[in-house]
Amino acid sequence: MSIAAKSVSAAGFDVERIRADFPILQQKVHGKPLVYLDNAATTQKPRAVIDAISRYYEGTNSNVHRGVHYLSELATANYEAVRETARAFLNAADHKEIIFVRGTTEAINLVAQSYGRANVHSGDEILVTEMEHHSNIVPWQILCRECGATIRVAPINDAGELDLDAFSKLLNAKTRLVAVTHVSNALGTINPIRRIVDMAHSFHAPVLVDGAQAVPHMKADVQALGCDFYAFSGHKVYGPTGVGVLYGKAALLEKMPPYQGGGDMIISVTFEKTVYNRLPYKFEAGTPDIAGVIGLGAALNYVTRLGIENIGAHENEVVRYATEAVAAIPGVRLIGTAKEKASVLSFRLGEVHPHDIGTILDQAGVAIRTGHHCSQPVMQHFGVEATARASFALYNTKEEVDVLVRSVEKVREVFA
Amino acid sequence: MSDLRDLYQDVILEHSKAPRNYREQPAANHKAEGFNPLCGDRFTVYITMDGDSIRDISFQGSGCAISKASASMMTQLVKGKSVAETEKLFDSFHKLVTGHAPSNGEADLGKLAVFSGVSEYPARVKCATLAWHTLQAALEGKQETTTE
Repeated sequence: MSIAAKSVSAAGFDVERIRADFPILQQKVHGKPLVYLDNAATTQKPRAVIDAISRYYEGTNSNVHRGVHYLSELATANYEAVRETARAFLNAADHKEIIFVRGTTEAINLVAQSYGRANVHSGDEILVTEMEHHSNIVPWQILCRECGATIRVAPINDAGELDLDAFSKLLNAKTRLVAVTHVSNALGTINPIRRIVDMAHSFHAPVLVDGAQAVPHMKADVQALGCDFYAFSGHKVYGPTGVGVLYGKAALLEKMPPYQGGGDMIISVTFEKTVYNRLPYKFEAGTPDIAGVIGLGAALNYVTRLGIENIGAHENEVVRYATEAVAAIPGVRLIGTAKEKASVLSFRLGEVHPHDIGTILDQAGVAIRTGHHCSQPVMQHFGVEATARASFALYNTKEEVDVLVRSVEKVREVFA
Repeated sequence: MSDLRDLYQDVILEHSKAPRNYREQPAANHKAEGFNPLCGDRFTVYITMDGDSIRDISFQGSGCAISKASASMMTQLVKGKSVAETEKLFDSFHKLVTGHAPSNGEADLGKLAVFSGVSEYPARVKCATLAWHTLQAALEGKQETTTE
């Protein structure tokens, strides 16, 4: 079997050809080929995304929604075309339900500050889960402190799965909103969003889904999921940093007050009265990251062209291979062993601190994340202060997993 | 590629596995907590001063091999030293791990010279200096410090 034939996975996915699309993957780190396994932190960018941003600045740069001149109209058309791309990507009912934001964090803060301040009052409750990223905890804490509401936390079990019984018992007539991650960044757990949404809706509580770790790996169909808000970041799905999407059901967004005031979000301004713009512009104050949105469009097109199901199938195969190989290393403890998982392999190695694992792996060209992954409550649940986390993307291979495993063996040698 | 053994020298690995002066001092008259938010390393340093000199120093907490070994060896080095001597040692240690050339009249770091390998790993300088920053905070009467 030739190398090329070997790297074509069961899904008929030509990884070597895909890797050639990513210029950064061709480089060496400390003299070794880069093995990039920090994709849950951010993904690398294909040539198509880099070129789209360059082309925008070289040939289209202009402000959107403002000028009557040629370039402004072109920039506006390209920018709005990405809104349609994002709508189709999430299968939203209407393009006006797609708000461009800086990323998942800003999307959640927008909902907390706009929907939250208008609808959450003293004595009310916000329900989150123990596996949330800090960005799906802190905005709700800020809101609750301001309005006298309380955060309730649905626990996880020792596999890192949401305890659905406990979750359902925490729902009640005072629950004003449920905020839950689609896929855990620290554990890889996939949450049963449709069931969570059904349970929450039976108490008339809308559901915000943090989709940052889900959209690179699986179809996120907001109508099938039934969620009320869905947020994701461009840079975790092969797009640029500084841009992301908030999806919200139009009926909710229409009633929400603006998040930030400024240009573009108004129809008319006088010192006596300002009329806010219609959706989605009401939530897009100021000049947006136009180049970022253009890059995001190229990224979503790239993923769609490869097929998210093909990507997920390839990744699952690599993650399964990696999980078995890493778990077989003496002294390894996996953190997060949910039945339904995506992309993430979090582990401990005996008493070795993850930071030391990270440094030794880096010397072998292997980039992983070590630390608490902005999920300190998850770390507390498992009684650790940090984990080593390898997270996989569409361009990773089983050969790279072998390099990872050899490097972890090297850590054992150093700390023997 | 730098040799990993330059960083993970035997004496460092040995101290990380069996840290010296690793205990609480309920009667300490100086105490501070040091925290590295990047990796979650957290140490408490306890000091009992006798006049101007450090009569007893100990630490507790969790961290990587570099931070733990550094804390362990630091407590051995500064025990019995004055505040001024300790500050000079920290200055020398900081230069050592950041790869700055020692100046004339540099304080003698003794065994802590094994940390010179850290200068090849910029991301790990904060690990090596966390205990020292915490020691400094304790001497200055601050309750806590971070590496940020």
